[in-house]
Amino acid sequence: MSIRTDLLSLAATGIALAVAAGAAPASAQESVKIGLILPMTGGQASTGKQIDNAVKLYMQQKGDTVAGRKIEIILKDDGAVPDNTKRIAQELIVNDKVNFIAGFGVTPAALAAAPLATQGKIPQIVMAAGTSIITERSPYIVRTSFTLAQSSTIIGDWAAKNGIKKVATLTSDYAPGNDALNFFKQNFTAGGGEIVEEVKVPLANPDFAPFLQRMKDAKPDAMFVFVPAGQGGNFMKQFAERGLDKSGIKVIGPGDVMDDDLLNNMGDAALGAVTAHLYSAAHPSAMNKEFVAAYKKAFNSRPGFMAVGGYDGIHLIYEALKKTGGKTDGDALIAAMKGMKWESPRGPISIDPETRDIVQNIYIRKVEKVDGELYNVEFATFEAVKDSGKTKK
Amino acid sequence: MTTLFTILFDGVAYGMLLFVLACGLAVTLGLMNFVNLAHGAFAMTGGYVCAVLVNQSGWPFFAALPLAFVVSAAIGVALERSLYRHLYTRSHLDQVLFSVGLVFMSVAAVDYIMGSSRIFIKLPAALEGQIDFFGVGIGRYRLMIIVICGLLTVALQLVLARTRFGSRLRAAVDDPRAASGLGINVPQVFAFTFAFGCGLAGLGGALSAEILGLDPYFPLKFMIYFLIVVTVGGSSSITGPFLASLLLGIGDVAGKYYVPKMGPFVIYTIMIVILIWRPNGLFGRTATR
Repeated sequence: MSIRTDLLSLAATGIALAVAAGAAPASAQESVKIGLILPMTGGQASTGKQIDNAVKLYMQQKGDTVAGRKIEIILKDDGAVPDNTKRIAQELIVNDKVNFIAGFGVTPAALAAAPLATQGKIPQIVMAAGTSIITERSPYIVRTSFTLAQSSTIIGDWAAKNGIKKVATLTSDYAPGNDALNFFKQNFTAGGGEIVEEVKVPLANPDFAPFLQRMKDAKPDAMFVFVPAGQGGNFMKQFAERGLDKSGIKVIGPGDVMDDDLLNNMGDAALGAVTAHLYSAAHPSAMNKEFVAAYKKAFNSRPGFMAVGGYDGIHLIYEALKKTGGKTDGDALIAAMKGMKWESPRGPISIDPETRDIVQNIYIRKVEKVDGELYNVEFATFEAVKDSGKTKK
Repeated sequence: MTTLFTILFDGVAYGMLLFVLACGLAVTLGLMNFVNLAHGAFAMTGGYVCAVLVNQSGWPFFAALPLAFVVSAAIGVALERSLYRHLYTRSHLDQVLFSVGLVFMSVAAVDYIMGSSRIFIKLPAALEGQIDFFGVGIGRYRLMIIVICGLLTVALQLVLARTRFGSRLRAAVDDPRAASGLGINVPQVFAFTFAFGCGLAGLGGALSAEILGLDPYFPLKFMIYFLIVVTVGGSSSITGPFLASLLLGIGDVAGKYYVPKMGPFVIYTIMIVILIWRPNGLFGRTATR
């Protein structure tokens, strides 16, 4: 009996020693591994591609070594399916021993990985998903994209202050759509506006015709629209087809609908739409001009807000590693990220030390033709907007 | 009152579009007794052919439409000769598995070649906007759909009912053995019919890009609509699916306009009620096989 326990404990010590011996030199020599989990296939693939491109671009520009350590990206495709995200995150953490997990195209994917980040004490950098609750799900989550509340509340404020009295809303009936609607409604009605018609469109909606006819009959000053990025073009075309553009009804909404990625294909129907968002490829800073030019040169397409989320995400990882001197302890990295401020292609941004969420300028933009291409041209700025959608404590 | 007509008009246009998209399926399923769930893939092919020709090669829209038909039909006949015909005598389960596999392959292929984002076809200015007709707003594009699809329907009905090919097809369907005994080349008739159905789907895909949107997931997203049209209409003739398409189109648009909260369910409710009332569809023949 006693011999058996002895043997067992001996074996245990042996394993512990082996593990310690294996781990010790690792931190000095081995590369820093970042598990990048993105939807590279399926309906969200454009998000994945943009972020992957932006990360590649950043590493080309800044080199792949930080604080004496080589950065290694392990890209995995989760197809925006949360089950896959969770499995992949687990494999990356347990087998590949990554130091960061990053990416996350949609909210459910980011939430699925959150418990793993907490357990493994591994920083989780959210580069795309936009629901407010995400950063509350783990103390190791930091976000470099945006929250829906940021753009939807701002467009609500802006509309109320700029002579828009009556608004009809058309939103897709899914979580982000409902979020956008509620945040907009809250700020717009608080500012004295009135919602005259509220229509929720099924997510898999082939034809907007009946809903648009309803909007036309309601005769609002403006229409608040939130549909998944891909449907924005169809929406704008049918909006124009029905003559709503000529009837003086404005289109307003959070900027997701007028994503730079798709905007140019929407045609002139999109002209004049006013949206609030964090990034436009037409942002007039020198840094952004350089970023857009480099991105276009490398990938032959225009960067959208997803690309910027990825670009800033990898920047955040680089800067945090510089601060810790290349140490990859999760708590130290998160502490380094909190409160960090920098200049991004989208403008000045920072990480809120309390919520680990992004604080950024929200711009009001109008779709205009610049050099024969459609762009969101910024004309008003709301500075350093925090996320207002966090759970009230 | 004028709104009612606008809604009716939009509903008819939507129904016509559904009909052109689905009538090829009614032919293969009803006349040839083959379950081809990959039908939407041919529609998608037509849509992308039209989009590439118009947007990248600068073809006029109306010249690209017939080509969408031709290319889809050509791919249809190639696949029929090489793959489909081996499955005519197999069980429906085999046919379903085969055609669903084909759908996934087409989705992945288009995603790879064209990218996953939505494609729009640049329309001529003449097709944009609305005409005001005694206060009733009539969309030009939708009007064009109604004209094209209406003409097609009449032509189809005439071909099936009046021509020699039509009677050969009906004979080949009713009793393939007797038909071939009478000197009708049954495989050829089937191949031609299949190709024609695919071509129609291709044309429908090109026409629908503007209204339904075109992306690599088109065949999966709209498979259910095609099946509803065929099951509700019954698959013994093309009149059934035609009326079913109109009914569903108008029902869907009117439902979404008048009761937006219930909108998405209207089309399914209509289907359930009709199938309870007439399990073989509006014009179904009582199971002959």
